[in-house]
Amino acid sequence: MKIHVAGEASLIIVFAGEASPEVSRKVQSAAVLLEQALADLLVDLTPSYASLLVIFDSVAASHRDVSKRIRSALMDFDCVVGDTGKRVEIPVYYSPESGPDLPVIAARTGLTQQQIVDIHLHCEYRVYAVGFAPGFAYLGQLDARIATPRLPTPRNSVPRGAVGIADRQTAVYPAPSPGGWNLIGLSPLRMFDPNAEPHMPVQVGDRVVFRSIGRETFFALGGELPGGEWR
Amino acid sequence: MSGFSVLKPGFLTLITDLGRFGYHRIGVTSGGPVDASAFRWANRLLGNPANAVMLEVSIGGLVLEAQLETRIAVTGAETRLTVNGESKPLWCCHRVRNGDRIELGFARDGCRSYFAVAGGLLVAPTFGSATTVLRESLGGLNGEKLTAGDQLHCAAATDGPLLMLPESERPDYSAELALRVIPVCRHGTFSRAQKRRFFSAEYTVTDRCDRMGYRLNGATIEPAVDGILSEGVCLGTIQVPADGQPIVLMNDRQTIGGYPKIGAVLSLDVASLGQRMAGARVSFRPITPAAARDALLSAERRFRQTELVRLS
Repeated sequence: MKIHVAGEASLIIVFAGEASPEVSRKVQSAAVLLEQALADLLVDLTPSYASLLVIFDSVAASHRDVSKRIRSALMDFDCVVGDTGKRVEIPVYYSPESGPDLPVIAARTGLTQQQIVDIHLHCEYRVYAVGFAPGFAYLGQLDARIATPRLPTPRNSVPRGAVGIADRQTAVYPAPSPGGWNLIGLSPLRMFDPNAEPHMPVQVGDRVVFRSIGRETFFALGGELPGGEWR
Repeated sequence: MSGFSVLKPGFLTLITDLGRFGYHRIGVTSGGPVDASAFRWANRLLGNPANAVMLEVSIGGLVLEAQLETRIAVTGAETRLTVNGESKPLWCCHRVRNGDRIELGFARDGCRSYFAVAGGLLVAPTFGSATTVLRESLGGLNGEKLTAGDQLHCAAATDGPLLMLPESERPDYSAELALRVIPVCRHGTFSRAQKRRFFSAEYTVTDRCDRMGYRLNGATIEPAVDGILSEGVCLGTIQVPADGQPIVLMNDRQTIGGYPKIGAVLSLDVASLGQRMAGARVSFRPITPAAARDALLSAERRFRQTELVRLS
């Protein structure tokens, strides 16, 4: 674990050079511990793949003070790491009408569309980070056989609930937005709702599995197909 | 409940407080006023709590009608403020009454004005804050910028002092801007030569500058890697994507990023940068974290100790 200065009011704790379930657990546990240890000094925390950004009240404390408190809070911390994440199931309607890039990935990989879906369903994923937009959860690691680079030109508009893949990650769009991920299905589950509690069905450190649902179930669960063309 | 009605919203007018904190872990950014300094002066002039809600007016063009008696103050960009057609000074409190028409012209120097009322605007918070972040559709009135016909609520304030900020304390938005930067030295992403080049070059603000980030144009800086494992980014972070042109991340930035970083601009200077438009020239100057904190503390002292001039 290393602590670096990231800005006038922030330090970044780097736990490892790359992401793994174990590193992710550490990030998650450290976030819980620091929330208590830094209390009033804490302004915000940004957990990510292998790091935790700590934003603090820079009028009240110096980098040195905060760094000391982080070190003391995270001393012996390797011993307390447990898997606190929950397991969340996300229903997905996979089809060319709900996932317009399925045929493209099939052509690229030589797999059938059904094989692509089966591979996507087979893994249990981990929420490594949330960012890009409120509720956008980066899930890893995607099976290398269906890993696909981002679109050369992002779509202007990706509907809420679109399930995308990019390199070895997958995600569900929490709100309509521009986006460059390859779309393979639609989920009726809302990944972000400012008026609901909790605001997200998943958080960093949780595990996610996808479940295939048919067209009728998709509509019954409140899903909607976007009108018109996929741009 | 009355307050002000919006006759013309202007180019981009947003309801804001100091920002939304504590929700980065669900991807919600902090928002808040781009020029936090002008924001804070407006609240101090009116004797408001530091976080009282006001309007950030980018470029200008706002026209409001008062529906009650209160005091207002406008700080920030150099622009023409009129009440019923009569010019009024900025950085100063004014009394307004039911039926008064308040107009903000277009910014001549700087680009963001702060329009505050005594006691602050009354806006229901989302995730603890009224600040509007358009990209996230959060805050303000339904997550949107002001439009004609919107109603802004506040309480009447029939008395209270009319105060003014001394001219000597007002910023000059056309001054040369040397942004103070805490260098970030990790991943071996920038060689010593590249860092020297960055800190000795001059950059121009491009037209791709908004509340998310300011893209600059100037000497190309070559990072040794294309990207890093995505991690949290703070206000003022300077990212250098593959094209070698730096981007300073502003209030509405995404919470995590994977571009190589060369440093982070001091918040006091992010505020000054946010008053610049395309074509403005800026340079960067490295400072230590300890010097950054000294600068923050001294700015804080000055803010608290400056005596306002009493007009009535």
